[in-house]
Amino acid sequence: MKGFQKYFFVFLVTCGIFAVGWYLSAYVNGKKINQIKDIQNKIAIDILSSETQFSLLEELSCQDLSNSILSQEISTIADKINYSEQNVNATDEVQLLKKQYTILQVKDFLLTKRISERCKQKINTIFYFYGNKDACSECVKQGYVLDALREKYPSLRVYSFDFNLDLSTIKALTSIYKIQNSLPGLVINGKTFSGFKTVEDVEALLPKSLTNPPKPTLPATAKKVSQ
Amino acid sequence: MYTIIFLALYVQVFFMVTFFERRKHLSGLHEEEVPVLSSYPTVAVIVPAWNESETVHGTIESLLNLDYPKDRLEVIVVDDGSTDDTWLQMNKHKNNPQVRLFQKENGGKHTAVNFGIDNTNADFISCLDADSFVAPDALKRIINIFQRKSDVMAVAPSLIVNKPKNILQHAQKVEYNMSTYNKRMLAYLGAIHVTPGPFSVFRKEVFQKIGKFKKAHNTEDQEIAYRMQENHMRIDHCHTAYVYTSSPNTVKKLYKQRLRWIYGFINNTIDYRRLIFKTRYGNFSFFTLPSGIISIIAVCYLSFALFYNLIIFVIKKITEISIKGFHLSFSPNLDWFFINTKTIVFVSVALYGLIIFSILVGTKLSKQGHGLHWHIIPYLLIYSVIAPFWLLKAVWNTITRAGQPKWR
Repeated sequence: MKGFQKYFFVFLVTCGIFAVGWYLSAYVNGKKINQIKDIQNKIAIDILSSETQFSLLEELSCQDLSNSILSQEISTIADKINYSEQNVNATDEVQLLKKQYTILQVKDFLLTKRISERCKQKINTIFYFYGNKDACSECVKQGYVLDALREKYPSLRVYSFDFNLDLSTIKALTSIYKIQNSLPGLVINGKTFSGFKTVEDVEALLPKSLTNPPKPTLPATAKKVSQ
Repeated sequence: MYTIIFLALYVQVFFMVTFFERRKHLSGLHEEEVPVLSSYPTVAVIVPAWNESETVHGTIESLLNLDYPKDRLEVIVVDDGSTDDTWLQMNKHKNNPQVRLFQKENGGKHTAVNFGIDNTNADFISCLDADSFVAPDALKRIINIFQRKSDVMAVAPSLIVNKPKNILQHAQKVEYNMSTYNKRMLAYLGAIHVTPGPFSVFRKEVFQKIGKFKKAHNTEDQEIAYRMQENHMRIDHCHTAYVYTSSPNTVKKLYKQRLRWIYGFINNTIDYRRLIFKTRYGNFSFFTLPSGIISIIAVCYLSFALFYNLIIFVIKKITEISIKGFHLSFSPNLDWFFINTKTIVFVSVALYGLIIFSILVGTKLSKQGHGLHWHIIPYLLIYSVIAPFWLLKAVWNTITRAGQPKWR
């Protein structure tokens, strides 16, 4: 090859390598999306199963029921959706999965609440409303606080919701709990608080039956999806 | 980021395509046989020495051991105002008719070499740093190229790290092997940008037509190559002519050496910016100079990006630890899901693959073994970490006019 032919040929080869890289990336990322879908399907089936069991509550003892509710995998899926949001290009698909995850969290909360009422079990829940970096500069810190609390009190159930997610369920929740734009927003056992809260602040708002002494009742299941 | 990776990949693909274009030529070279010359032109090898008392004797010995008629080869040693025993060591050869010794006031390497050029009438003139040693058949191999190709005005040899002892020197050996590949490919492209101080050989007409060496930011071997390219003088590379050179054995010495080289490249390129993107200067203009500039911009950008991300990471970690406390964790997340699979990762793998390919071919061309050696790992690690420092410092010195780096 002579002159600029070679420069053009090398340009084409380089573009080809980029195209192969792009194809491989899309292929592997597709596998990742499918993995999240599989996990969500499993969770959905678990919840549906639990709801069915709940409908048959009269025929079941509380012990039988509590052993079967909810998949543990719901906590791992949050990390994966969060990671995918930042690293996978398929934005629409990831957003869809995030919406499904949000709904699953709410269903998990409702079912757990009904079971706790039926079985006379006290549960402690925190709803955490967060926003992106620009809208909520302190959400990263609030996330660490909730991680620390979850580790300290395994029975504490923390549900994380993206305040800006375009989903009617989020709108209903923010309306019910009167969550304003001043993020981060926390709903601790039904009471709404806005602004950053330290570990000590949140502990002071939790019942003493949990903080002193801490005795786990139900496993933690949900985690925040994104900061 | 994608633009930088694309350009870096482009450079490596360019080398690879050149390699496959010329593979037949490379495999057709009978590297084992020492060529028989049709005649033996006179050759002068100039050894500029400044405080080289430990190595100058060995350097002269290696030149005297060259497989070349003694009456056709003269060794000119110039003591450039040394303050140690260099002159004493040189005088061990004062009775050898092949060796001519000179002493002058210190004026820099280029003045010592020019002094030698002024004192010879040889057909071919070479220079050998007093910390390097030549393989006995190197000169014959180089002169053979001159005799076969009448348009070649200078020939550069292959540099090999002499007796590497520590990891840093082994890493440099890998780098030098890769340079042999790069230089061979640049020679095919007619685009060599440096005629290394250790044993590059010039026709005497070069100095008659375009002048002698200049100070050139303490990188006179780069500048003369630029000047030759500007005057359409062809520079070739003889990858079978081996020169063993001492390499820095500490990070500090390596840093100073590379700072000088990069500073020289930047400033010589600025001085000769008129050559960039001019069709009459060929691949030197469209490939060598732009790819050098790209690599400097790329390293600067990647260094800043790395530094910025490191700061962000540290701030996040401090925030996390202040809230959650410090816990030592030895259970990393091994789920494949969290492996980065962005396009840039796959392209970077291809880029590193091509770099390893160039090291492999360069190692073979330098006859330094076959296959991958584990020294490639310290090479990639060490240079990834410390190269940005000398590069950024060279850019900084150029911008602030802080002055050119010293030799030592």
